[in-house]
Amino acid sequence: MRSLIRWLLPVLLSFPAALSSQLSLSYEKYTLPNGLQVMLHEDHSLPLVSVNTYYHVGSGHEKPGRTGFAHLFEHLMFEGSANVPEGKFDEWLEAAGGNNNGSTNSDRTNYYQDAPSNALELAIFLEADRMGGLLATMTPATVDGQRDVVKNERRQSYENRPYGMADITISEKLFPPEHPYHWPTIGSMADLSAASYEDVVEFFRTYYAPNNASVVIAGDINPAKTRELVAKWFGPIAEGKPVPPIDPPVAFLSSEQRSIMEDKVQLPRLYMCWLTPAAFKPGDAEMDLLAGVLTGGKNSRLYKRLVYELQIAQDVSAGQGSQALGSYFEIEATAKAGHTLAEIEKVIQEEIDKLKTTPPEARELARTVNGFESSFLARLQGVGGFGGKADILNNYYTRTGNPDYLNEDFSRYIAISPVDITAAVQQYLRDDGRVVLSVVPEGKPELASPGKAGAK
Amino acid sequence: MNPRTCSALRVAALCLLLALLSTTVPSSAGAQENPIIPGPPAPLKLPGLQHFELGNGLRVVLMENHKVPLVEMEMIVRGGSVLDPAGKTGLATMTAEMLEEGAGTRNSLQYADAVDFLGASVSAYASMHSSGVSMFTPLSKLDSSVALFADVVLHPAFPEQELERLRNERLTSLLQAHDQPRAIAAAAFNAALYGTSHPYGVTSIGDESSIRGIRIEDVRGFHARVYTPRNATVIVVGDIGIEQARGVLERHFTTWSGDRPDFPDLATAPQVASREVILVDKPGAAQSEIRIGRIGTDRLTPDYYPLLVMNTILGGSFSSRLNQNLREKNGYSYGAGSGFDLRLAAGPFRAAAAVQTDVTDKALVEFLKELDGIGELVSDEELDRARNYLALLYPSNFESISSAAGQIAELVVYGLPDDLFNTYVDRVLAVTKEDVQRVARKYIDTRSISIIVVGDREKVGKSVSALGLGTIRMMSIDDVLGPAPTPGVGQ
Repeated sequence: MRSLIRWLLPVLLSFPAALSSQLSLSYEKYTLPNGLQVMLHEDHSLPLVSVNTYYHVGSGHEKPGRTGFAHLFEHLMFEGSANVPEGKFDEWLEAAGGNNNGSTNSDRTNYYQDAPSNALELAIFLEADRMGGLLATMTPATVDGQRDVVKNERRQSYENRPYGMADITISEKLFPPEHPYHWPTIGSMADLSAASYEDVVEFFRTYYAPNNASVVIAGDINPAKTRELVAKWFGPIAEGKPVPPIDPPVAFLSSEQRSIMEDKVQLPRLYMCWLTPAAFKPGDAEMDLLAGVLTGGKNSRLYKRLVYELQIAQDVSAGQGSQALGSYFEIEATAKAGHTLAEIEKVIQEEIDKLKTTPPEARELARTVNGFESSFLARLQGVGGFGGKADILNNYYTRTGNPDYLNEDFSRYIAISPVDITAAVQQYLRDDGRVVLSVVPEGKPELASPGKAGAK
Repeated sequence: MNPRTCSALRVAALCLLLALLSTTVPSSAGAQENPIIPGPPAPLKLPGLQHFELGNGLRVVLMENHKVPLVEMEMIVRGGSVLDPAGKTGLATMTAEMLEEGAGTRNSLQYADAVDFLGASVSAYASMHSSGVSMFTPLSKLDSSVALFADVVLHPAFPEQELERLRNERLTSLLQAHDQPRAIAAAAFNAALYGTSHPYGVTSIGDESSIRGIRIEDVRGFHARVYTPRNATVIVVGDIGIEQARGVLERHFTTWSGDRPDFPDLATAPQVASREVILVDKPGAAQSEIRIGRIGTDRLTPDYYPLLVMNTILGGSFSSRLNQNLREKNGYSYGAGSGFDLRLAAGPFRAAAAVQTDVTDKALVEFLKELDGIGELVSDEELDRARNYLALLYPSNFESISSAAGQIAELVVYGLPDDLFNTYVDRVLAVTKEDVQRVARKYIDTRSISIIVVGDREKVGKSVSALGLGTIRMMSIDDVLGPAPTPGVGQ
């Protein structure tokens, strides 16, 4: 379920001396007696506010047989609560000039409401009402309604999209069946059908308590007044029980796992994936820079060879999918008509092998880090939405415990040298521990990459 | 490099149209009132626009924003895909792509390396009526970045071998479009409304024959004619003042010369004559992509603000009627919406959704019900909600320098006055129910409308035909996009 791109670039940057003073977001943080973590950030440049909420639960907390539940639940959070009849969450917010969305991944579920600053109390009220009183209006019919919507989301984003099922297959092969990253966040159709109203009640009581959430309120706010509103609306919500920790088995690939999938596509596409260090653990940042060296820009190694020079691939991309319990690094490339995935894999393997013996040039890293710098600064412009300042603070808090982790994050990339990249490639991009998937047009398995055994 | 997180969003942006939305809430829960009524919104104060002109006639418009040390520039020229000559569809977009394939003293790879190393980005585009180059840079690299930006505008190399590479990539994209339900639906829809001899009716990357036919001389000629300083405006937004902007642009753009070209008027396309259903077969499709629409109007219409409000109620926000009906009430879709493409000439109005295959006919009925229903007077509550939704988050368009540049670009392309930014909110809030009804009846008429369904004909053909909506045309994907090209083969 790696599906929608949420973070275009991991945070980063370069030219540390010049920038370090700007790579910071001011905030004040406190905890309500019921355990809710609250962070406030002021930005008075426009009359806008954002209320951004993270619940520290994602599809990684689901159980086999109930996959897709965290995400289905996210949808139900918009269907009304104790003092907000069904349909009114969106109507009242829009009538005040506001907008909202939510998203779920394997580790967490987040929500934002962006609104004009005069509607701050409404947004806080709406968020608090569903945190405290979601079950008051929930019925089996509400669950059925969103079950259909989510099934259509799955059809639209996976089943009816070219190559859309590849990521689901890859997760299943990277992580063992008992590991919570084995299944996709969107869930299986069978599990979505099986989700019951009783599951909703249990999930809400277990995970949607203030002590398992954090709220950032950012923008054109008066902090003292905002604290009063937070106390007024979130304060009365009862603390929940401690949330049970998850204890996943270790994911480890002891061999190369190759497979072929047929799809309704014109051109074959190759996916190569490795298990890599968890988000913010040693090695994670190296993988981000490696992705830049391999496929960031026209001069990157794989783009230059496969797409620009040889012209045997239509596209190539690589990325580190950073997650809390363990990440994966993925390279994918689509063959041009008349070319096979074996040709493509051969070039990718050559470039990986080169990096295992010879460090990249400093300029290759600088190009990537300098681009990170700009995109990092660009993200400090807006208050709301996914990726705005409220979301950045909450995301860093959730992942690292420090809302203003900008400079630390940045410093990781600055500290990486070319030999670190080589060491990381040696350690993580192992030939004998990876998943290689060929997606080929129906009836054309000969376009798949057979691997070394079958290579010419 | 897109490190991806596994994220499933509640609402994804549906192509342009988008937002979905609204209505009809069952009020069985009792007339529960919103307990928190916001006070009056804070006034919006945007920095003003500053204008100046270089000696060669190049106009510049600046909006300062000193929040972060970044600068965005966008050079816009009049003229885009509408200028593609017969048989050379795709020339405007190809010219734009070729700008990035080497400029000044640098070849394609050297140019990309120089831009990337600065942490900057330079990207060229062509749209229907304009073409442009955007540049984004850290303030600390301003001069070096503007030098590279000017190089692609003034001194593109247009190497022949890069045209061959891009031609092959483009033919491959055309081949891949055969896999993509949305691309197929868009092509079928545009052709149904405008016909394939009108620029709005064809795909702006071209078809196989036109892509194969573009020569390097065509690219050079398009550039020489269209990319001239007297035909251009540079938008500057960011951490920069007028003197610094003038200085850096004078340093790099003064040698640019050329006159303002004259362009022919665009032929007026006739409105869709009757109600027609086009069913494009995509065997095995899990969903049907639906597009319903007709020719709408242009950006300079006096009906602009009523149209914005009307569309917000119909299909422009989450709580809009189409989204509430197709998604929230019936669960047929992940999201439904509608929108007007407002251009220099009348662009399309379209309503859209991807619906699960087995309810395709039911979904069409609901679509038509909402398209007819919007012609009745809307409620006060819907009107207020839509007006506030459009007006009160308007400031967010100016949060980032890239987004602000986009707002200014609209003024440039359509010749709109600078005071639009400061009058927008009041004009939206002044729209009445009667205005909404008037424009709904004027622009949305389900008796003359094209209905496109891209889906599994074996499963949906019979039930869609049984609706008796109008004439039905069965098409294959090849009928819509042309036969799948074989890139690399041929000339």
